[in-house]
Amino acid sequence: MSAAADNAYYQRRGILGTLGRDGLLQIILIANTIIMLAPIIIMVFSAFKTTPQIFQSPFSLPDFSHIGNFVKIWTETNFLRYLLNSFVVTGASMVLILTLGTMAAYAIGRYQFTGSGFILMFFLAGLTLPLKLAIIPLFMLMRDLSILNNQLSLIFVYTAMGLPTTVFIMTGFIRTLPNELEDAARMDGASEARIMWSIMLPLVRPAMVIAGIQNVVPIWNDFFFPLVFIQNDNLKTLPQGLTTFMGEYTTDWGVLFAGLTLSAAPIILIYIVLSKQFIAGMTSGAVK
Amino acid sequence: MAGPPRQTCPGQDGRRTGVAQLSLRGIKKRFRTTDVLHGIDLEIGDREFVVFVGPSGCGKSTLLRLIAGLDPITDGQFFLNGKLMNEVAPSRRGIAMVFQSYALYPHMDVYENMAFGARLMGLDKPEVERRIAEAARMLRLDELLQRKPRELSGGQRQRVAIGRALVRKPDVFLLDEPLSNLDAALRSEVRLEIARLHREIGGTMIYVTHDQVEAMTLADKIVVMNAGRIEQVGSPRELYESPANTFVATFIGSPRMSLVDVTREGNRLNVPDGGSLALDALPQVPALKLGLRPDAVSLHRGGGEGFEAQVVYTEYLGDNAYVYVRLADGTVLAARTAPNDAFAPDAPVRVTLAPGAAHFFSAEDGRRLVP
Repeated sequence: MSAAADNAYYQRRGILGTLGRDGLLQIILIANTIIMLAPIIIMVFSAFKTTPQIFQSPFSLPDFSHIGNFVKIWTETNFLRYLLNSFVVTGASMVLILTLGTMAAYAIGRYQFTGSGFILMFFLAGLTLPLKLAIIPLFMLMRDLSILNNQLSLIFVYTAMGLPTTVFIMTGFIRTLPNELEDAARMDGASEARIMWSIMLPLVRPAMVIAGIQNVVPIWNDFFFPLVFIQNDNLKTLPQGLTTFMGEYTTDWGVLFAGLTLSAAPIILIYIVLSKQFIAGMTSGAVK
Repeated sequence: MAGPPRQTCPGQDGRRTGVAQLSLRGIKKRFRTTDVLHGIDLEIGDREFVVFVGPSGCGKSTLLRLIAGLDPITDGQFFLNGKLMNEVAPSRRGIAMVFQSYALYPHMDVYENMAFGARLMGLDKPEVERRIAEAARMLRLDELLQRKPRELSGGQRQRVAIGRALVRKPDVFLLDEPLSNLDAALRSEVRLEIARLHREIGGTMIYVTHDQVEAMTLADKIVVMNAGRIEQVGSPRELYESPANTFVATFIGSPRMSLVDVTREGNRLNVPDGGSLALDALPQVPALKLGLRPDAVSLHRGGGEGFEAQVVYTEYLGDNAYVYVRLADGTVLAARTAPNDAFAPDAPVRVTLAPGAAHFFSAEDGRRLVP
């Protein structure tokens, strides 16, 4: 009796048994994908609708030939200016972050010198500091440097914000590179700069991509610092600029969504292009 | 040892001479507070194949890195062709190195790997191409030039690593355990290859290994190292036939030499409670270590002259057999016997020695004693 019951118990297949572990994972992943993509898709759809259409049928397929919102945003607003500003600020910040961060990480990761541990800790301490809490001192600092209402203020703050994660990620990667590669390059007569540039950096490119994406998204989307530092409309970045649509057009939602779509597009493109770089595997075969 | 190093290439500053004479004088290396090398004196002649051999951690790789210039020398002087090299950059010493892990640049193909160093030497394009073609032919890499290191097998990577050293046309090749990542079958093949290369290119080669078989088969001169000191320098034959001390004696040769503590009375050697043996020429000390290689030992059944022993086990190798026996004091000896000469385990045997085949070492410090 009890044996039969046991048997029945073991033969009853739960949801895990029916679908298998992989099947369950698939369901979770598909659900997650839908949840993640839905807002983006609704945003894109809404960009092709007029404001009344958005409220009448928010989820319906739009008429994709209706590009009035895009024409309007392109011709009647300062959108292009904002886009350009965002590119300048984000681009300059990323160049600074990756250059300085990689160089700092290379020095910390590959050279032994007194205080290297302290410097790394110093960078890592930056991870724990929310710069937004320092907004008032930062504001005064920018005022004293007289770069308020100047994109330099944003670039400086973003660079400072991005360095800790970059140094953290890059130091870890650079440390894993085999010393013998460096020795081999040194025997070949390469200078320190060339060893870094020709031998080591190509091998840490996946890490640079990770560090880059990690930083580019928050910088591109940042709303807070431009709001505080920038008042001149011609210097505003996209997230800040888009809010002006709200009042200006008594909230023309269609135009706003079109602007959001356009502002999200570069980041999505960057993601798609660089995703292949995540697949590292570069060092395989270097050292057996 | 003392005196100025021989000047073999007068008046040719920095130019490749094809001659390489290395001279190490009291080389010391300290990492923070740990002394790794305690004063190495060594002369290496042109076109010699020198093998540094010793157990792990004896400092042989460290010494190689000092010669390469990858680590600074703490104390002492290193001359190459009579020029002090202590402060010279690695790439300007005319030395190339093959690393244990090969250290191929993973993002460059084979051609680029070899061209990298050659270009940095300032060679023009045709010369770089000519040298790579030559190295590729010598190492049979022609088919592989466009491949990335990850697409190569272990043996091929090894050849590329050697090729990278070849294109720089160095006077001295350093090889750091180049065979340790290869499987056994490939190892003997690459060993032959390296010996052939040394004949063909004729440079001075310094080779580091912990494998005494590699050392014996490849070397013109073996440098046996232990705990940061050189124990002995000599040809494989010298090391095998007259080891300077018990360390060298037991390190070189397989199966290793057995050491027996014996006392001397007249011309007889006694193992405590284990029989005795008469030998013609003996060092005039009361107690000593007797070093016995398997081919010096003969085993006999029944009573008579010799040390008493008990058979432990037999290793049958086809062309001969090694019989391990235990003496009365517990020392285990290996004896080489004919393959069909069977000794049952635990059987009592007597051990006698072939004339002149025994080695004698001091009981105190293990130095070789000459009768």
